[in-house]
Amino acid sequence: MAELRALVAVKRVIDFAVKIRVKPDKTGVVTDGVKHSMNPFCEIAVEEAVRLKEKKLVKEVVAVSCGPTQCQETIRTALAMGADRGIHVEVPAAEADRLGPLQVARVLAKLAEKEKVDLVLLGKQAIDDDCNQTGQMTAGLLDWPQGTFASQLTVEGDKLKVEREIDGGLETLRLKLPAVVTTDLRLNEPRYATLPNIMKAKKKKIEVIKAGDLGVDLTSKISVVSVEDPPQRTAGVKVETTEDLVAKLKEIGRI
Amino acid sequence: MSACGRLLRSAARSCRALAAFTSSRRPLRTSPSGRAFAKELFLGRIEKEAVFPFPEVSQDEFDEISQFVGPVEKFFSEEVDSRRIDLEGKIPNETLEKLKSLGLFGMQVPEEYGGLGLSNTMYARMGEIIGLDASIAVTLAAHQAIGLKGIILVGSEEQKAKYLPRLASGEHVAAFCLTEPASGSDAASIQTRATLSDDKKHFILNGSKVWITNGGLANIFTVFAKTKVDEADGSSKDKITAFIVERDFGGVTNGKPEDKLGIRGSNTCEVHFDNTQVPVENVLGEVGGGFKVAVNILNSGRFSMGSTVAGMLKKIIEMTAEYACTRKQFNKPLSEFGLIQEKFALMAQKAYVMESMAYLTAGMLDQPGFPDCSMEAAVVKVFSSEAAWQCVSEALQILGGSGYMRDYPYERMLRDSRILLIFEGTNEILRMYVALTGLQHAGRLLTARVKELKHGNVATIMETISRRLWDTLGRNVDMGLTGKLGAVHPSMADSAVKLEENVYYFGRTVETLLIRFGKTIVEEQMVLKRVANILINLYAMTAVLSRASRSIRSGLCNHDHEVLLANTFCTEAYYQNLLALSQLDKYSPENVDEQIKKLSRQILEKRAYICAHPLDRTS
Repeated sequence: MAELRALVAVKRVIDFAVKIRVKPDKTGVVTDGVKHSMNPFCEIAVEEAVRLKEKKLVKEVVAVSCGPTQCQETIRTALAMGADRGIHVEVPAAEADRLGPLQVARVLAKLAEKEKVDLVLLGKQAIDDDCNQTGQMTAGLLDWPQGTFASQLTVEGDKLKVEREIDGGLETLRLKLPAVVTTDLRLNEPRYATLPNIMKAKKKKIEVIKAGDLGVDLTSKISVVSVEDPPQRTAGVKVETTEDLVAKLKEIGRI
Repeated sequence: MSACGRLLRSAARSCRALAAFTSSRRPLRTSPSGRAFAKELFLGRIEKEAVFPFPEVSQDEFDEISQFVGPVEKFFSEEVDSRRIDLEGKIPNETLEKLKSLGLFGMQVPEEYGGLGLSNTMYARMGEIIGLDASIAVTLAAHQAIGLKGIILVGSEEQKAKYLPRLASGEHVAAFCLTEPASGSDAASIQTRATLSDDKKHFILNGSKVWITNGGLANIFTVFAKTKVDEADGSSKDKITAFIVERDFGGVTNGKPEDKLGIRGSNTCEVHFDNTQVPVENVLGEVGGGFKVAVNILNSGRFSMGSTVAGMLKKIIEMTAEYACTRKQFNKPLSEFGLIQEKFALMAQKAYVMESMAYLTAGMLDQPGFPDCSMEAAVVKVFSSEAAWQCVSEALQILGGSGYMRDYPYERMLRDSRILLIFEGTNEILRMYVALTGLQHAGRLLTARVKELKHGNVATIMETISRRLWDTLGRNVDMGLTGKLGAVHPSMADSAVKLEENVYYFGRTVETLLIRFGKTIVEEQMVLKRVANILINLYAMTAVLSRASRSIRSGLCNHDHEVLLANTFCTEAYYQNLLALSQLDKYSPENVDEQIKKLSRQILEKRAYICAHPLDRTS
């Protein structure tokens, strides 16, 4: 059944290796001049989609990202990894700060219908907000089955077998397509976008549209009150014997 | 006018000396000259249009470079274990394969032959990342910057189509074979021979090459050998020819890997050719034109050392700053002590200068028309290699005892950077090259002027006399770098004036040197060294002023810091130049060259230290 079409959503986040600094006015973190890259879980989603295409189970992989112009870099990386074309849902920088999972889910749901895809792939969560909601909300809005925290994905005809990592261990589900899947760490190891592929990706198309074009309302009912550093780690105390340890713990009221 | 007569007579004498000098030098420039910036400095002129404004890339190219940088940086930080490469003395095969699949083996091979077709600027940018592991950097450079470069520069369409695709993908690895046991700096003296077979279809290659990077990995070699060339007048001369040699041609063997101080992961060995049959179609360029090919190849890749080293230095500054700000002694972090602070300013300055020079040169090279930037590239190489050695040593010093331990990367980086002063043209040779090429250029124009003086051209005579007069009275130099329409931003007007002054006096000094020494200047290495050092400083000052001006005008972040770096460097360089210029005066008290020569004669005569022991007695 090589007629499946996949939509992969990718998010541009601050690179995982960067040391985060909170803005002095506590409204957020410093993003100016800071290195950004594709969310690692989104990379895994793109990799999975491309692998399905290489196995001839998926015919076309469309990469989508919501946000300001710089998102196009992230879409280009997806194209360099093997996606066929990209869609950039342009949101001006000021509004982009208020984009949350619900808004993005609305966009993805509309796009999934518009593009008539059979599979929506996302990372399980973004490393900047750790929401872990977008995939679930998208499935809800579309009324599609969902397989979250996927660590293995197999296409079986018009069904999808998803092995999920849950707290208790592994759970295997069988979903009827179309479906939404969010990817977890052990699903695959994403390939490097090689330089020759990046050059080929330049010729692939990125369509730029606005949320309004899809009839999506981006207003948010959530606002950020403050962003603060976690409390500084204070020094620990060394004790000589277990009796001392118990005494100390009693002292500070921990037992 | 007897004064005029004396002037004319001395001018005539020097004119004859100059004529002999300029005609005896073998022309080292082998491609049409574009905007000759460094050369014009020897005439006391700043070719502003060549270096202002600082080169920019198009938005498209900028986006492309940004795209490339990500995956390569990621690969180097996650999968390259420099320590292991150094300990094991080789680059693991998986790493090499990944480098090939990333496309890094064909960065400058044109797209139509399967490469990335990167411009010089983009190549320099990639060098910053690849330089994070010296062994990989050298392996890749030997393969593409020199190993296969000849095919790109002078190869025929058939040769390009035959060899480039598999070289670009890394399926074949290339090596550059010029050096021999008896011919290092003196490349023209190589002994490897290629004789035309009787059926005139092959050259038979015989000889040994030494210290060939990738010698053990390569299947395609660019080999330089002496061939007999028939001259028009019926005589025959031995001239160098370049060949593309495949290992499959037979008779190609290599020795075991050399045990090196640094870049231990790169493969360096002897390569022997024993009656290797090379088809005549594999001659690269023209028969007898090999020396030019070699020089062109070497000149084309040199500038990227600047960006490669800058990339490494930037990383080192980060690593050592972490340490300096956290390590405490005498109850203060090291970062609060002046001698430590000095080291950081030094490293940042050197990195800034070599970055600026490398990208300025790359930008010039990317101009259409194949401009000749071999002097500028040589300057970049000399500056960055010496700065690397100095700065890595200072960085190691910041860490004190820890820096000396093999647990930390500094000792490896120090060992790796030592080679930079030696290969790709030793810094001694490059200084001589830079000085002599510039002097030759100036000499030619000076000859023309002296000829006019000889012919009694009144205008020229008056101009020369008045100029000499003005010089002695002290003059204000203005070359258009400062002021309302100045190329340099007003915040660096002071430094620009210092540069203009240095350039002017440099031009005067060059003239004086040519008149004083004439042809024999070729022998005066210590004089040439000073000339080269001044030129390096001048190019460096120009590069930082150009770059900082652009940074301010574009509003890049931290441009104030850049201005401070630029001004500080220019001040230091200005005074260094003044000292060197005064040492070049005829009876300069600061010049101890004669004493140095005498000392070394006495030492080398006995091939030992000849002083009596401090405890010796006469009886």
